[in-house]
Amino acid sequence: MNYVIRRLLATLPVMTVVAIVVFLLIHLSPGDPAALIAGDLATEEDIRKLRTALGLDQPLLSQFLLWLGRLLSGDLGTSIFTHVPVTKLLGQRIEPTISIAAFTMLLTLLIAIPLGTIAAWRAGTWIDRGVMIFAVLAFSVPAFLVGYLLIYGFAVKLGWFPVQGYVPLAKGVGPWLQSLALPCMNLALVYIALITRMTRATVLEVLQEDYIRTARAKGLGVFAVLMHALRNAAIPIATTVGVGIALLISGVVVTETVFAIPGVGRLVVDSVQRHDYPVIQSVLLISAAVYVLINLLIDLSYRFFDPRIRY
Amino acid sequence: MNSPTLTAPALPDLDDDDVAWKPPRFRWLRKNPTLVIGAILIAVMILVSIAAPWIATHDPTDIDPLARLKGPTEEHWFGTDALGRDVFSRAVWGGQVSLIVGLSVAALASVIGLLLGLIAGFVRWADGPVMRVMDGLMAIPGILLAIALMAVTKASLTTVIVAITVPEIPRVVRLVRSLTLTLREQLYVEAAHAVGTRLPTILRRHVVPNMLAPIIVQATFVAASAVLIEASLSFLGVGVPPTTPSWGNMMAEGRNFVAVAFHIILYPGILLAATVLSINLLGDGLRDALDPRLARQL
Repeated sequence: MNYVIRRLLATLPVMTVVAIVVFLLIHLSPGDPAALIAGDLATEEDIRKLRTALGLDQPLLSQFLLWLGRLLSGDLGTSIFTHVPVTKLLGQRIEPTISIAAFTMLLTLLIAIPLGTIAAWRAGTWIDRGVMIFAVLAFSVPAFLVGYLLIYGFAVKLGWFPVQGYVPLAKGVGPWLQSLALPCMNLALVYIALITRMTRATVLEVLQEDYIRTARAKGLGVFAVLMHALRNAAIPIATTVGVGIALLISGVVVTETVFAIPGVGRLVVDSVQRHDYPVIQSVLLISAAVYVLINLLIDLSYRFFDPRIRY
Repeated sequence: MNSPTLTAPALPDLDDDDVAWKPPRFRWLRKNPTLVIGAILIAVMILVSIAAPWIATHDPTDIDPLARLKGPTEEHWFGTDALGRDVFSRAVWGGQVSLIVGLSVAALASVIGLLLGLIAGFVRWADGPVMRVMDGLMAIPGILLAIALMAVTKASLTTVIVAITVPEIPRVVRLVRSLTLTLREQLYVEAAHAVGTRLPTILRRHVVPNMLAPIIVQATFVAASAVLIEASLSFLGVGVPPTTPSWGNMMAEGRNFVAVAFHIILYPGILLAATVLSINLLGDGLRDALDPRLARQL
């Protein structure tokens, strides 16, 4: 328990830096932030009003503390474009994004870990080479090209899935899953490549260990031996899954655009064109927090994989 | 008495006949095929981009309302886009943007990362603050940070390069710092210190040269990811100005015509994928050639 608290405290400096970076973002622009927010059509008077309303006329430090205080009380500010509280705006957009992310994660783990294990077990054969070539390709082919290939093949030509768009869960599980299939396949590709490579490398290393030879010598079947190996390779794989969360979040932004899904990622991109800074800042903060928290959870899960680890 | 007798081994008798010409065995190629293939591919890409004005069959900005959304023909090798512009010519010009961004980001991120990493590794009080800032930057997913940076600036090639460089810097800093911590303890660095060599000289003469191999390898991976992020930003509509023919912009313009004119997206996409793939192969090859130990770390 003590360890959990210590680890939680250790995330504070990281999140503080994130908050400072996100706060300073708007002040990094070469021009007057108020003028930038107001847009090209604003008058001097508009800009002055906006500056007072946003507190941009106060010293930087007090601005930051004010902003941080509101943030900690759960107030993410109000969208400049729609005048809706950002929390509400995010609430409307979060369902598709969470659905895609969760299913992508599931799909990735179900495919990547067996694939990487088989490649390691059959190292040097054509299976292994095929898997590795797939991994390099998946890293190089841009996600949006793959997305459109999937749309063109499975939706336009074959008609198995809807071309674009998102069906909320409330409208039935079947249509919901159908609308998720292609986006998740698309997003999972890079992630699968990453985890497969890591799984192959670590399992390959573990397979050289003495206890694997012992397990084989006492007559365990292939499956049991590989499970032995996988369990001992679990920690590096789990770490990579955590680091890959950043990839997943970045990928969601692109995937949502390809498949015209009204999620958080699309919201960010639209907000850039509208100079809607409170929304952009909130999404940056939340995604960084999600990244840090998931990695913390993965850190804490090491004990589950390896009971020898004591905190 | 058995005095050892030393006889030199007989010199091999080398006649002209013995050194007969043998067919080249391409050992360098067989030893490191990924490096060679990657280097050749990327060289071709660079040459094509530089020679774009001569290779392009049309003016990349020429609009032809009568030939909109046409598939590949003899006149238009890659077909035409929604405004009737020649996709082949635009794709050839578009490579310039990708390669300039890839090279600039790799160079900028490496130089800034090297400086910050050296500071973190050698200046004791700076280590904590520098690394905490890097941890914070790394917690924000790369494309999101780049998008946010694009939001506060006017879109241009320069701002795109800066926006992509910032999220790439922490990766280099981490590498350089960890290398510094090992090199700092080396005997020759300690010796140089002991004889009174000043720190800048030690860094220049003993530390930096020993880091170059891993940094170059890292730089190629940074370049590959920069090319992909640039295309993603353009594709999302927050990258280089839409008037510039870049691969990402072309694919963004083809977004609404997937069903009728897939070639608008397909050809720039293939070129983009080939470019990133060749940089990745080059990086893999360089890693194996320059520093086999690194193969496990990256």
